[in-house]
Amino acid sequence: MSVGILGTKLGMTQIFDRESGASIPVTVIQAGPCTITQIKQKQTDGYTAVQIGYQEVKEKALTKPELGHLSKANAAPLRHLKEYRLDDVSGFELGQALSADIFTPGQLVDVSGKTIGRGFAGYQKRHNFRRGPMSHGSKNHRLPGSTGPGTTPGRIFPGKKMAGQYGNTKVTIRKLQVVRVDAEKNLLLVRGAIPGKPGNVLSIAPANIVG
Amino acid sequence: MIHGTIGDCEFWAKRMLHAEEIIRSVESEFIKDDIPTIHVGDLVRVGIRIQEGGKERVQPYEGTVIAKRHGGINETITVRKIFQGVGVERVFLLHSPKVSEIKIVRRGKVRRAKLYYLRDRVGKATRIKQRFDRPLK
Repeated sequence: MSVGILGTKLGMTQIFDRESGASIPVTVIQAGPCTITQIKQKQTDGYTAVQIGYQEVKEKALTKPELGHLSKANAAPLRHLKEYRLDDVSGFELGQALSADIFTPGQLVDVSGKTIGRGFAGYQKRHNFRRGPMSHGSKNHRLPGSTGPGTTPGRIFPGKKMAGQYGNTKVTIRKLQVVRVDAEKNLLLVRGAIPGKPGNVLSIAPANIVG
Repeated sequence: MIHGTIGDCEFWAKRMLHAEEIIRSVESEFIKDDIPTIHVGDLVRVGIRIQEGGKERVQPYEGTVIAKRHGGINETITVRKIFQGVGVERVFLLHSPKVSEIKIVRRGKVRRAKLYYLRDRVGKATRIKQRFDRPLK
């Protein structure tokens, strides 16, 4: 793993590839600037990681313990803190600024954020169940149908798809391509869609390639 | 915008450009400024860049604009023509680099925003009255 950055989703648009002329769907992300607020060491914390903070706010927006924690790094009051576990933290120092230029165009990144919350959703919306007939005397409109066998086993199997909370969960979209980096404006253009609505806080980190 | 609620925090105020504005600035680089004003009903000639065996050439496509959709960088026109007795409709993304040029051949006088009724007509019935009060540029 390597260090990532926090950002805000701004919205989607399309840009064009200069050579082929193909249109590229991109999400515009306000990425950083972030400040390193804590460096976790093996001796003191049991593991190594870098904690970064994002989005400057007024002092009164934070509690005294939060301000005290940030003052150790001489950082401004920051709303969001996130830790990235690293094998080697020697290259980082407290208060160091991280901006979008840690990424290069063409690089693959993992973007995680909260999905749009849909509340307590029914079978159709949450699991794409088919609905029953709406007319011809049918009273089965949005019911789930059978949920399993009878006396044996006499219970519903774990994992049965049912109605419930849908959305507002943390999701990571893996291996998205960085199309453009604008370190001056702190902008990151990433190919494809990203969870949540504009304004969603995201964590963007270099792709975790498995296997 | 999310930062709107935070108020006049100086650092953010500087960078509190509205999200919409930032997206427009990203697009602005790709927006063409030489596109003529196109109206529905116009006869247009569109030049399409195509790659053929490593060579690039411009292929013309002429027809009637039967619909316009979206705005900004996503703006498209639907151009209909009759080719060898078969109706052909192509949708052009106006700001795409693949669309090299758009020329208005004839201005049409129509009373609809979408001329989908042309799909059900053949021959003489597909004619569109010409209008002369709009310049061709």
